[in-house]
Amino acid sequence: MGSRNSAPSELAILSWRIRSAKPGGNGRCKHGNARWASGLHRCYAFLAGLVLIAVPTTLSAAETRSLTDHSVHWPTWEQWQRVIFLQDYNTRLVVFGVAVLGAGAGLVGGFTLLRKRALMGDALSHASLPGIALAFIIATKLGADGKSLPYLLTGATLSGLFGVAVILWIRNHTRLKEDTALGIVLSVFFGAGMAILGVIQNMEQGNAAGLDGFIYGKTASMRLGDAQLIVVASLIVIAVCLVLFKEFQLLCFDEAFAGSRGFRVIVLDTILMTMVVLITIVGLQAVGLILMIALMVIPAAAARFWTDVMWRMMACSMLIGTVGGVIGATISAVFPRLPSGAMIVLVCSCFFFVSMLFGRSRGILIRYVRRRRLNRRVERQHLLRAMYESLEPSERALSFEPSLSASIEELLPMRSWSRRRLLKAIRMAQDDEMVTLRGTEAHLTRAGFVEAARLTRQHRMWEMYLIAYAEIAPSMVDRDADAIEHVLEPQIINQLEELLEKENTSSLVPVSPHQIGVAR
Amino acid sequence: MILADIIWSWSVDGWIMLVGSLCAIAAALLGNFLVLRKMSMLGDAVTHAVLPGIAVAFLISNSRSSLPMFVGAVIVGILTALFTEWIRQFGKVDEGASMGVVFTSLFALGLVILDQAADRVDLDPKCVLYGSIELTTFEMVTIFGYDVPRAVSVLLPVVIINAMFVGLFFKELRICSFDPALATTMGFSAKLMHYLLMVLVSVTAVASFESVGSILVVAMFVVAPAAAYMLTDRLGVMIGLSIVIAVAAALSGHVAARVVPTWFGYGSTTTAGMMAVMAGVLFAFAATLSPKHGVVVKWIRRQLLSVQILCDDIVALLYRCEERSSGMPLRSDLSEQLFAGRFYLSAALTMLRRRGELAAEGELRLSEAGRDRGRKLVRSHRLWEQYLVSEASAETDRIHDKAERFEHFTDKVLRDRLDRATETPDQDPHGSPIPRESHPD
Repeated sequence: MGSRNSAPSELAILSWRIRSAKPGGNGRCKHGNARWASGLHRCYAFLAGLVLIAVPTTLSAAETRSLTDHSVHWPTWEQWQRVIFLQDYNTRLVVFGVAVLGAGAGLVGGFTLLRKRALMGDALSHASLPGIALAFIIATKLGADGKSLPYLLTGATLSGLFGVAVILWIRNHTRLKEDTALGIVLSVFFGAGMAILGVIQNMEQGNAAGLDGFIYGKTASMRLGDAQLIVVASLIVIAVCLVLFKEFQLLCFDEAFAGSRGFRVIVLDTILMTMVVLITIVGLQAVGLILMIALMVIPAAAARFWTDVMWRMMACSMLIGTVGGVIGATISAVFPRLPSGAMIVLVCSCFFFVSMLFGRSRGILIRYVRRRRLNRRVERQHLLRAMYESLEPSERALSFEPSLSASIEELLPMRSWSRRRLLKAIRMAQDDEMVTLRGTEAHLTRAGFVEAARLTRQHRMWEMYLIAYAEIAPSMVDRDADAIEHVLEPQIINQLEELLEKENTSSLVPVSPHQIGVAR
Repeated sequence: MILADIIWSWSVDGWIMLVGSLCAIAAALLGNFLVLRKMSMLGDAVTHAVLPGIAVAFLISNSRSSLPMFVGAVIVGILTALFTEWIRQFGKVDEGASMGVVFTSLFALGLVILDQAADRVDLDPKCVLYGSIELTTFEMVTIFGYDVPRAVSVLLPVVIINAMFVGLFFKELRICSFDPALATTMGFSAKLMHYLLMVLVSVTAVASFESVGSILVVAMFVVAPAAAYMLTDRLGVMIGLSIVIAVAAALSGHVAARVVPTWFGYGSTTTAGMMAVMAGVLFAFAATLSPKHGVVVKWIRRQLLSVQILCDDIVALLYRCEERSSGMPLRSDLSEQLFAGRFYLSAALTMLRRRGELAAEGELRLSEAGRDRGRKLVRSHRLWEQYLVSEASAETDRIHDKAERFEHFTDKVLRDRLDRATETPDQDPHGSPIPRESHPD
């Protein structure tokens, strides 16, 4: 102990302090980040290229396979031109209507997704059937044309709102959960609708044929009136959502807090659900049940992978809904016999899977990269501390010398790691220029030594803190400290230093409060 | 009697009701676990998602025989559950959303496949998806020398398989539904049970909707178990009740389908739809009138409790007035001091008079029994105040509210313990005397 030469290690600690005070913390890691990030970008670019090449080929290949007995007609340039430049009146209408609907549904869908009510659209669109059927009966009895849009829309909206009320009632007043409430309303309302439709089929007056087509939709044959209706409804929905954006945001993330800030949660919830009903019902009769459900769910779920910021997510969701609608409608217009509703759904789900894989914020790839990076850092830190601690008792340590080294045989018992894992950790530390391996001896570099001393100090300070303030037995603290040491931030270390000042400041790397090594 | 006007035939209506009941039982058995696991929408998702399976099976086998279609549908049904789980797990997407993504995509895929092969395939998605229970008796098969509808020959094995599954794995299913982590530590795989359940859900959904229509199976997956869940807290009882409710809904649904439209002067209507509606009606009854969790029952219980508490407050107030020997308060004073509405006040006074705790007529005056009750309440109140100050070191000006709440459920045993804990004080922290347990004389 007495032979500890404190001057160089003081220097080491000082240099660490300066470095840790710099924004961004660890300089070496940052370098690694940049390398990773540029790699990631290249990866994205490559994949994008791959997709660009692969999609048309697979599409045409798939077509060849499924239509073996047909000649494959890849559309001519003129056909493409007609569709892309929207020369057809019908295509123009469909593309435009679906694009606006995609934006509106994407926005509302974002809110319902965050409220964990993604399938609300599903339940609602089923719940509108009895309203449609009843509206038809009443209109026919009154002598009007039962299939005129205003009656059916009113009926559908009222019955949809009633469905929402029942869902909220079941959720709030019984012990059943949201999903069960949705299931009950969906099935019972739809059953009632079917029963009423069954009655209508027996009616003398009025022709009920195609009434259930109201909820199955007919995207490709959208008429001007439908498109106008969609535009009006979507604009209303978008305007309301933008005006109440802040309120809805609170509603989505912290209902109780919204209530405590004086917002009427019930009123807000009702407004949001009314918007859902509005867009669903209007979309329903234009594009059909499945497409409507898909437009409410898929763009929002896809957008969630890209960002954690609410307004960005909403914008992204609207964008995906719009682009998906336009591409889907275009494909269905160019190729024969591809139903437009189904194509829009499929395009949107392609977006979803791409987002799920490559999303910048929660995508699978980025999460994998983050986890790998963290694991790598943890392994390196384990190795460095193990080396420091194995050097310590032989009094070789505590100041940097180029000859500082620990053999693999010495390091193996320090943690419960296999030889392979240890070698891998050493290799990675070599890449980071912390350690050099000569034969079976691992040598610390100067930077490695500083880092190792810092880590060991951090680890022991946390142990001392646990012993002094949390009153945990010295033999138990190692494991806790081992878990937390990788995420300790400089501020916390500073606090620890202040707290532990009176305890032990004589040595800069404090003595371990327990025995070191696996066999204890 | 209205029922008499309709011609009932056992060979038609009987079979329809039997098929409806079988479908209801098969779905309700599994539905209990779906409801408990918060996966109620899975039935709906599976019935929509199986379309590509049916379409592909049809294209491959080139026939409309149902076995390949059944197999294709079941495979895609299982895939639906699998994909949903994967997206939820790997993408960290909320369960409902991942279900929505999967089943809409699969349904769209099915539509595209059907449209692509439209000229070779005489297959309407609506026909495939929505069988009709009314047509049950049109398709008969002979089994062991008996002529039974094909739907029965499909659904009966499904019911038996489901019953065996639930019966044999009851313990495992129960633990997996309530505590998957515990199930894993006990040495059986919660995941395996989950996927077994998903397989059976797919089989049941496909078998049912192909013969009786999809809406019935969706309703029976959710509504009957939800109604049973409102009625009981025990899983075994819940499963039994859900079967009873499902069968009741199926039977009454068919009767209603024949009868209800005649009230309005129409013919009959869709049986499957009415079965779903009847299930909804039964659920509404269960949700409102269940003895334990029913909304109306709970509301009435709350009202009774509040009247009970008001009675306590009135008696305690009158006791305090007697103690101070100030004049007895008027009825209007009561409603003012106790914040009681007119209805509640008269209900409470009627109750007190009937129990003889208040003088029968005229001005408000405690009887002997009422005085006894008042003394006990005031004693509880003041003991609590004393206890809160001496043992919980609460501040003197903040103890009244707590004591006011505690006094209503403090019985003699608790009062004696409080008395001992506070060393039998004579006065409470405010300086008021603490009355003895029984009358001094």
